[in-house]
Amino acid sequence: MKLFRSFVKKEFYHIFRDVRTLLILFGLPIALILIFGYVVTSEIKNAKIAILDHSKDEITTEITNKILSSGYFILDENLSTEKQIEEIFKKGEVREVIIFEPGFSANLSKTGQANVQIITDASDANTANLLLNYTRAIIQDYTLSLNKGPNLNIKIIAQTRMLYNEELKGVYMFVPGTMALILLLVSAMMTSISIAREKEMGTMEVMLVSPLKPLQIILGKVTPYFVLSFINAITILILGYFVFGMPIKGSLILLLGESMLFILMALSLGILISTVSPNQQVAMFISMMALMLPTILLSGFIFPIENMPIPLQIISHIMPARWFIVILKNVMLKGTGLLFVWKESLILIGMTLIFITLSVKKFKVRLE
Amino acid sequence: MSALSVVVENLVRKYDKIVALEGINVSVRKGELFGFIGPDGAGKTSLFRILTTLLIPNSGYATVEGFDVVKDYKKIRDIIGYMPGRFSLYQDLSVEENLNFFASIFNTTPKENYHLIKDIYQQIEPFKDRPAGKLSGGMKQKLALSCALIHKPEALFLDEPTTGVDAVSRKEFWEMLKNLQNFGISIVVSTPYMDEASLCDRVALMQNGKIMEINTPKNIQSEYPYQIAAVRTDNMYDIINHLQENKKVVSAFRFGDNIHISYNKNELNENEIKSFLESKGHQIIRLNKVEADIEDCFMAFMNENKHDGI
Amino acid sequence: MTASKEIIISVKNLVKKFGHFVANDDLNFEVYKGEIFGFLGANGAGKTTAIKILCGLLAPTSGDIKVAGFNVYSQTNKIKRNIGYMSQKFSLYEDLTIAENFRFYGGIYGLNKKQIQSKTKLLLERLNLADQENKIISAIPLGWKQKLAFSVAIIHDPKIVFLDEPTGGVDPITRRQFWELIYETAHQGTTVFVTTHYMDEAEYCDRVSIMVDGKISALDSPQNLKMKYQAKSMDEVFIKLARN
Repeated sequence: MKLFRSFVKKEFYHIFRDVRTLLILFGLPIALILIFGYVVTSEIKNAKIAILDHSKDEITTEITNKILSSGYFILDENLSTEKQIEEIFKKGEVREVIIFEPGFSANLSKTGQANVQIITDASDANTANLLLNYTRAIIQDYTLSLNKGPNLNIKIIAQTRMLYNEELKGVYMFVPGTMALILLLVSAMMTSISIAREKEMGTMEVMLVSPLKPLQIILGKVTPYFVLSFINAITILILGYFVFGMPIKGSLILLLGESMLFILMALSLGILISTVSPNQQVAMFISMMALMLPTILLSGFIFPIENMPIPLQIISHIMPARWFIVILKNVMLKGTGLLFVWKESLILIGMTLIFITLSVKKFKVRLE
Repeated sequence: MSALSVVVENLVRKYDKIVALEGINVSVRKGELFGFIGPDGAGKTSLFRILTTLLIPNSGYATVEGFDVVKDYKKIRDIIGYMPGRFSLYQDLSVEENLNFFASIFNTTPKENYHLIKDIYQQIEPFKDRPAGKLSGGMKQKLALSCALIHKPEALFLDEPTTGVDAVSRKEFWEMLKNLQNFGISIVVSTPYMDEASLCDRVALMQNGKIMEINTPKNIQSEYPYQIAAVRTDNMYDIINHLQENKKVVSAFRFGDNIHISYNKNELNENEIKSFLESKGHQIIRLNKVEADIEDCFMAFMNENKHDGI
Repeated sequence: MTASKEIIISVKNLVKKFGHFVANDDLNFEVYKGEIFGFLGANGAGKTTAIKILCGLLAPTSGDIKVAGFNVYSQTNKIKRNIGYMSQKFSLYEDLTIAENFRFYGGIYGLNKKQIQSKTKLLLERLNLADQENKIISAIPLGWKQKLAFSVAIIHDPKIVFLDEPTGGVDPITRRQFWELIYETAHQGTTVFVTTHYMDEAEYCDRVSIMVDGKISALDSPQNLKMKYQAKSMDEVFIKLARN
């Protein structure tokens, strides 16, 4: 028993005297609980919608107000023609479009029926479903309030369409996110570990004391992972397409081009991580804690970004994977071209340049 | 006066509060086999890292083959060979693959300078397909040395190449170094093994960031300020305590199966030592004067620069 | 050096194979109580394997081996309670103080609080470190660390203490001070089983065994070995043996 106690005591000493361990034991759980608490809600708030109101009468206005004051929705734009629908979905901000047929109130009073169309962006199947249900419930509620008199049987018929993902396949969310994650894993984490290993084993010393330029060392380290990552990316796309039926509606060349961009970004991030890691353990730790975990939680891969509290939403802006997932979904599911993803691509290019510049600055020509 | 391969002036190197090098001064001549002798913590590795341009000194100045280690580091990196502690080989690459790699980063091939490494490499050539991680300590040494030589450097820096390696491999290694001198390469070695000092042209004795003495091994030994008597008795257990009771004994240390007793010529002689020991109940098995060993000298220098306790 | 004829380690036909590779090839030797036994050999000769087997950390492939009277197959727990171990690689916990290290290891070896306190006091006094017990190990110079590690290894008065290259990298004066500690310990009846690459340290031993390629090629006192191989030092003996 004494033996056991001494051992336990010693372990406590080790724990309290190592900052890193304390961080993992206390900092991490708190951070995770907070993040999960806020992020993992099955509710959605403030989803952006667009409304195409062909009637613009009293009733449609009332329904619209009810919807917009529910707290679930925010009006992004009032559309005027059908043509705008596709475009606004491609932009990616709007999750749902509600279309009121012309002469809505008139139809209701004459025939006791009117039609409303609800179209959701089902590239995120779960969110789409939820939003649809909210919308339906609100309309249902309104319908009930109209039927206050005896023998009244007013119906508002809602036709629904799940765009981009008719069958609400979860895999459509899964494949882009997984691809981003795997590319990060291979390119960023493995690169950083590989460079850190040279430092740890002492062979980096010998390489520095040679005519080799630091750039040559980095390129030499990075090229195999570039090739491997690219092969991985293609493999995932092929598997997604043939095994899961994931469509590739947009340009394949654009898709591969964006993938290469993301790989480059991840590689430069990996190099940057290695410049601050003296050994493999630290490289892995940083890659896991500062890269993989936040990416899984905050990139929109699993949990919708709109749901998160503002601070986390802001943080998600600096997650490269977030932008890549948007690009992937747009190109694969919505078939958009560069025109619609230029903003995200530019962000990725910018990040890559920043990482490369920082890496070059921080890469130590010496041992300290 | 031959040219100087390495010049070091007032070199200081600190890590936070710890002073690794306290302003050292030394120079190595072209073609010399120069040894830095001292235990762990002496500052050898810090010095080597500064000379091979991997660290910047806090103050002071050093040149290698005429180039400043800070400003002209790129030029130095082209012309020196470096073997850091633990050999730094690629464990999962074979012997041959390691050699080819290190040759290629110096823009050369093993064939080009094979004559330099022939005697060394021939001993490990039968194992050329074996991963470096599976080699014995002695073989790793030979491979690392070959890799450091393969580009025909002007100067070789070997940081503790014999640490943790058995006595036979150590001896063979130094024989190889001596042969390398025929090619005109300056060889700078660090080691904690005092007996290896005698194999160098000149040595610098280092301890706690300072150089205690620079000279040829022979000179250091002949300049030892005391007489040394090597003694063996039938009671080797109590002998040190007994000797420490004698105020005229400067120091008494174990050396193999003897005790080396240092004393001043005018204070003691062998007969007096003999009587003293016999008076303490010893039976003398052997007692004769000996020349100072490098280790005797090192310990005398240590006692001059004494730090007590921790 | 007082060594009785009581056998404390008995090794008969020790064989250890790793797959096809024979690390220990039919070793036979005995170690006596209170002896300082030097275990020499090149890296890869099989020394570390043999020591691990004697410490109960590795099971032999075959052979009859007894340490402190217990056999290495079924009584490793009893062996571990009766031995101490110190190596160059493992020393003390760097982020604990001297006292905390002593308390921990004392506890591991089953000493009670009082015993640990008195032993700690004794051992620290012997090293002139009595008032330093709250110093963190990482702040202590190497030579002192090794001496402390040795003290910790014998805190429970084991019958045998195994030392694996205990003086690597240490300055010559500290090395000798370390050996004085070893002498004292052996004199009090503890058997010391030590490996080293310093050939002059081989001379400090009562008897020395030299391993070459998994076999013991010599075992005797340093004096006898030097006579047999007509060598002036253990260094010469070693080289002559290894080169054959």
